[in-house]
Amino acid sequence: MTVRPAPFRVVVAKPGLDGHDRGAKVVARALRDAGFEVIYTGLWQTPASIAEIVLQEDADALGLSCHSGAHMTLFPDVVEELRVRGISDVPLFAGGIIAPGDVPKLAAIGIERCFPPGTPLPDIVGWLTARLEISRGESVADG
Amino acid sequence: MADDARARWEEAYRAAGDPASARTFSGLPLRSIYTPEDVAGLDYNRDLGYPGEPPTTRGIYPSMYLGRRWTMRQFAGFGSPEETNARFRYLLGHGQTGLSVAFDLPTLMGRDSDDPFAKGEVGRCGVAVDSIADMDTLFGGIPLGDVTTSMTINGPAVIVFAMFLAAAERQGVPWTALGGTLQTDIFKEYIAQREWLYPPRPHLRLIGDLIEFCAREVPRFHPISISGYHIREAGSTAVQELAFTLADGLAYVELGMQRGMAVDAFAPRLSFFFNAHIDLFEEIAKFRAARRIWARRLRDRYGATDERSLRLRFHTQTAGCSLTAEQPENNIVRTAVEALAAVMGGTQSLHTNSLDEVFALPTDRAVTIALRTQQIIAEETGVANVIDPLGGSYFVEALTDQVEAEAETYLTAIEEMGDGSLYEGVLQGIDSGYFMAEIADAAFREQQRFDAADLIRVGVNAYRSDEETPLDMLEIPIETERAKVAGLSEVRGARDRARVGSAIAELTRVAGTDENVMPALLECARASCTEGEMVEAMRVVFGSHPETIRI
Repeated sequence: MTVRPAPFRVVVAKPGLDGHDRGAKVVARALRDAGFEVIYTGLWQTPASIAEIVLQEDADALGLSCHSGAHMTLFPDVVEELRVRGISDVPLFAGGIIAPGDVPKLAAIGIERCFPPGTPLPDIVGWLTARLEISRGESVADG
Repeated sequence: MADDARARWEEAYRAAGDPASARTFSGLPLRSIYTPEDVAGLDYNRDLGYPGEPPTTRGIYPSMYLGRRWTMRQFAGFGSPEETNARFRYLLGHGQTGLSVAFDLPTLMGRDSDDPFAKGEVGRCGVAVDSIADMDTLFGGIPLGDVTTSMTINGPAVIVFAMFLAAAERQGVPWTALGGTLQTDIFKEYIAQREWLYPPRPHLRLIGDLIEFCAREVPRFHPISISGYHIREAGSTAVQELAFTLADGLAYVELGMQRGMAVDAFAPRLSFFFNAHIDLFEEIAKFRAARRIWARRLRDRYGATDERSLRLRFHTQTAGCSLTAEQPENNIVRTAVEALAAVMGGTQSLHTNSLDEVFALPTDRAVTIALRTQQIIAEETGVANVIDPLGGSYFVEALTDQVEAEAETYLTAIEEMGDGSLYEGVLQGIDSGYFMAEIADAAFREQQRFDAADLIRVGVNAYRSDEETPLDMLEIPIETERAKVAGLSEVRGARDRARVGSAIAELTRVAGTDENVMPALLECARASCTEGEMVEAMRVVFGSHPETIRI
């Protein structure tokens, strides 16, 4: 008997006051259509509320979207709030208006990929699927 | 004979492989060629008219750019009021003819720089304005009576405008000399841009107060700029941008009339703000259709008789969402084509985006290229030499009709949602999530067309390159936020506390009545109340409004 693996659960979040939700919604829909379980937070989330949602939903991944330029404050705060809750192994990715110079700084705190506006959806879905299958494979091997 | 010629061409077309006809960027079906048959029903005087004459399809002024060029108005604002003041002086020194203020997100959302929610956002995407002290600095050395000032502010528009008026008083400039535009368009905030403070009806009351106040006290100011720009950026089609924006505009007309104003007393001060996207002809058709629908509906539905009421004046910004992070220099070319659409579509003012805005706020160098783009179009290309140069083109006239018909279908649907009232229809569409669902579907369809290479973006899904071009970026140091918070603390400490307290109490009292709120806001501004304090003083009465989430 083959057991179909449970779908991956991914939280798509909008931290801060930024209302640009086109990208977050398009990505959320593409991930849903690709078989992910998607929890979209809606606007105006604090770093703490996002970390709490990741915890409560037992999410496999977290995507952060920010177009207001506040990502270098908000994203590290999200990482810190996750750490406070004992979450260090959930893959993080991001999208929005992010200067190329910020990308390596975000990578250094665990934001593995930043997808600029207009990124083909298969690139995002493909990357996240591969990334989570690696994690799942490792946890099966561990267990 | 004509039929024979047509038959011969059709045969030759099929023989050439019978290529499928195309669609516009927004998905409207096109013919492969347009001929006199496609405009057979066109009546010049009824459907086009001379510029300045209803239905103003060809332009709203008799001499258009021959009489006066469009205003080159680059939207600017970042960091502290001092830095933005310097950028304004830089732009005015390089031939810009009007100011356009970008506020930071806390200001747009009615929060002070020291609000916990403002952390990391202060000065990031615009200038931080907390109190009249910031307004004084922002416009220091700029004679407010001699330039026109556009302010992109919506939920807190009345508050920021009160600070602006109080700052003009301190400069000694009479309000009657002030010209410019406030955005104030709360409908599109619920529909697309997502920045509001209160539920819709209290916001509309404030807008009614503002329209009345401006008509009486600040007659050269445009109190509302009804905005399709953000609707388009949120992913709508060109037709949706046009239809939803006109629905919003007509709803404001109904609002003014409900408040007992004669339509001709305020309609001449309404203005619009559209997006210029990459499909040149679709955009030009959109601008032409916009003028025609507005003129006809104002005259036929709302009984406007003053020709100024029938004229749809608009600002245009090129499409930020058409720019790419890949090969960013290409963005200069995209912006130039979009600017050309705006000019050939008859815009009154124009902002051209900078090549680096897909990453950050633009550098001085990038802004200069964007401004030069407009100057090249104005001075070198010759497109401004003739009014409505594409008028009479079989294609452009047919496409204008097509865009108009599709937009009218939406307008009828929205009217039906409001039982004949566009005002109620727009509110209903906001409440039910209709607009958001329409836009989200369109945004998703557009991305799918790109992913299927049905739409092409050079450097993204075609002609990709691994070479990266490093660009210099404008960096806003975190110290800006610390300094702004410290400055605000000084302002708070130096105020007459009793005056602040009574101004705020009066504002709350007035919010609970049907008195015009502007005098109470002006007293708050003069007393150095902060924006956040004024927002909260009215929130006590107006309440909050949660987001309706639709993916």
